[in-house]
Amino acid sequence: MQEFQRRNFHVSRHPVASLILRRIGLALVTLLAVSVVVFALVQALPSDAAEALLGQNATPQAVAHLRQELGLNEPVVARYFAWLARLLSGDLGRSLANGLPVSDLLRDRLANTLFLFLVSATASLPLALLLGLACATWRGSLFDRVCNIVAASLISSPQFLVAYLLIYLLSVSWGLFPSSADIRPGMATQDKFYVAFLPAVTLCVIVVAYMLRMTRAAILDVLGNDYIRMAILKGVKQRRVVVHHALPNAIAPIAIVVALLLAYLIVGVVIVETVFVYPGLGQLLVDAVGKRDIVVVQAVSMIFATAFITFNTLADIVSIICNPRLLYPRA
Amino acid sequence: MPGFENDHSVYNAPGKINRRRFLTGAAGITLVPALGGTLAYAADQPKRGGTLRVGFGTGSTVDDLDPSRVGEAFKVTLARGTLRNNLTEISPAGELVPELAERWDVSPDARTWTFTIRKGVEFHNGKSLTPADVVASINYHRGETNKSGARSLLADIEEIKTDGPDKVVVVLKRGNADFSYYTSIFQLQICPEIDGKLDVLSGIGTGPYKLTEFAAGVRATGTRNPNYFRSDRAFFDAFEFRALLDATARTNALLTNAVDVIVPADMQTIDLLKRRAGLEVFSVPTRHHHVFPMQVTNAPFANSEVRMALKYAFNREAHVQKILKGFGTIGNDHPIAPSDPFYAKDLPQRGYDIDKAKFHLKQAGLSKLEVSLSGSDSPYAGCVDACALFKEYAAPAGIDINVVREPRDGYYANVWMKRPFLASYWVGRPTADMILTTVYSSGSSFNETSWKNPRFDQLLTEARAMLDQNARRERYVELQTMLYQDGPTVIPAFANYTGAHSSKLRHGQIGGNAEADDFKIAERWWFA
Repeated sequence: MQEFQRRNFHVSRHPVASLILRRIGLALVTLLAVSVVVFALVQALPSDAAEALLGQNATPQAVAHLRQELGLNEPVVARYFAWLARLLSGDLGRSLANGLPVSDLLRDRLANTLFLFLVSATASLPLALLLGLACATWRGSLFDRVCNIVAASLISSPQFLVAYLLIYLLSVSWGLFPSSADIRPGMATQDKFYVAFLPAVTLCVIVVAYMLRMTRAAILDVLGNDYIRMAILKGVKQRRVVVHHALPNAIAPIAIVVALLLAYLIVGVVIVETVFVYPGLGQLLVDAVGKRDIVVVQAVSMIFATAFITFNTLADIVSIICNPRLLYPRA
Repeated sequence: MPGFENDHSVYNAPGKINRRRFLTGAAGITLVPALGGTLAYAADQPKRGGTLRVGFGTGSTVDDLDPSRVGEAFKVTLARGTLRNNLTEISPAGELVPELAERWDVSPDARTWTFTIRKGVEFHNGKSLTPADVVASINYHRGETNKSGARSLLADIEEIKTDGPDKVVVVLKRGNADFSYYTSIFQLQICPEIDGKLDVLSGIGTGPYKLTEFAAGVRATGTRNPNYFRSDRAFFDAFEFRALLDATARTNALLTNAVDVIVPADMQTIDLLKRRAGLEVFSVPTRHHHVFPMQVTNAPFANSEVRMALKYAFNREAHVQKILKGFGTIGNDHPIAPSDPFYAKDLPQRGYDIDKAKFHLKQAGLSKLEVSLSGSDSPYAGCVDACALFKEYAAPAGIDINVVREPRDGYYANVWMKRPFLASYWVGRPTADMILTTVYSSGSSFNETSWKNPRFDQLLTEARAMLDQNARRERYVELQTMLYQDGPTVIPAFANYTGAHSSKLRHGQIGGNAEADDFKIAERWWFA
């Protein structure tokens, strides 16, 4: 009872702040758990960095020397905590494969991935929300049906197909845009837009298709509620019903969709990066896993996990703020 | 016949090899239409200018310019062929020619080698090349704990020292008539010694181009070295190498004129590229070969008759046609390529023969045989398909092959030399001695089959120290015959190097020792 009262008191004083703090705490715990899992998974893969780096030159003698040099003979747990201690002091460590500081390896690639992310997100989110709203508003109209069919076909076709179609039409046939994204540090911004155009469009196409359907579904779900019927019965116009009555209540589910797709735009770009030879984090991660370069794998995984967890936490927080019922989960 | 230039590319001694032998693989045949439009090449004089843009199918984010580390075509073309030089190089015709060494002399016992270093050569930073740089560059790969791929090749060096202002003397523990060839391998790039330390990472070399930018796994760019010691090479003003790992992306880059040449061409679409106007496809016979090694310490493969049965039970033509799409030459169960001066040309070509396979199985006292064959995507594209082909072709002989698809990652750590029968490959080595010693001598840590033969080892050591080419040839022919008859490995084919380039690019005979014209594409090619 006492505990209940204390909690109640606490919640009633700073309900949102305390929930948000708790979410952030949970996010940090999740991040730590991800680092343990990634570390364990790389350990579980057959062969280690020494063998992977030496390839066909991996004589037992050479492997033993390289292991010694890379410190791979230390116990796994000790290596994990050493890595964690370095990370907490702000040092990402050095690549096992070529001895370069991981922060150097990441710098340009992280900037490239963020650039692609920002371009695709800014273009796709407003477009998707507007289209989703429009579809819900004019539900069952020709516009709605066309949008739905196109979105469904885009979602059902593999991402690389969309990429190849775009390359075939806009690059190989008409020569409008480069087929591979030769993005360089120090490039003028308009040139960056130009070379990143096709990868960004590919990502946008998929994200818009998903978001459009999710937004539409979320709003239609809300539109089925009694208070909407009430609004319609009292003669409110359709557009006003959607924008003023349905949308505020649909914000929470839409926020979750937005968060998932934003996370997807950062972590799910491996295929797009491969098809367009875009020098982002995806290729770095693939290479690092191949070479069992656990230091780089950990660094990239942490970036991806941080992005994913941040967006999800933000989505949670937005839902909490928008929906007073969630402030009292046990009530 | 300039149209056939590529067919000659790895001939060590033109005229000594029966050219028809090359054409038994389909490569020669498919080349004829491909090069039909290029008859004007020979008449072209190289011109200076332009930026060479190459799209490589290799390149990794872990690449650096350290010559002791394992490297693929992107990295080695950059480091060995574009930024730095070696003492010697192998010409497209297969001869060892001077690079930074003006000349080299050998003592009659083939133990003492004296290299005379070219005078007046400067590194990109203005430092003059000295014999001390050469000694440091070679010593960089020596020592028991060294990780360099060249360590075992240099293990026989007793002493290496400078001698006067322009000479480097290498004394070997045992005679080696091929030591001068060793100085051409990609690891033995000559780097500058700066403040007593060898500079292996910056890319400063004596080579035809200076490095401007190197983003590992993405791109490398550079400009022509105005002080390059060769005035008859390096025609481009600048170069730009890009790592285009995805085969479709690479092909598209060529089609959209984002690059001028791609290495390699994608086997699935190479026929379509050939038909496209404005593009040329090239294909060069090499020493790179595919192998099915058998662990002779394991029960069925300990018996030479069983090994022979398997050698007859595989269709090599099918391997060349289906796995290599015709871009290769059939093998004869020894690793010496037809282009090698010591190639045993009188050894009959082994073919697919079910009766003989059955006969040898019977000699081994077996009526049928069950074996597992491991493969993965790691050794070469189509490797698992090659195992499946083996299974199909061997079945009528009463040999039941169980194909095991192994994970791509860690194939060379966990499968190779661990499973009794598997699929793999060997990159070509510049001399017969190098490949025979590496893979088949009993002391080698790369002897993948544990096959040991004292007579083989003895002949190999003898031949290595001989300077008389005819006496050497006799021994190498016998070594090839031993592998052909008793050897532990089915060698189905030698694979060609392929690529495609814009018709605006010109080149002479393309070298078949390594990809990208022996890594020297930026030095040897030019724009029309």
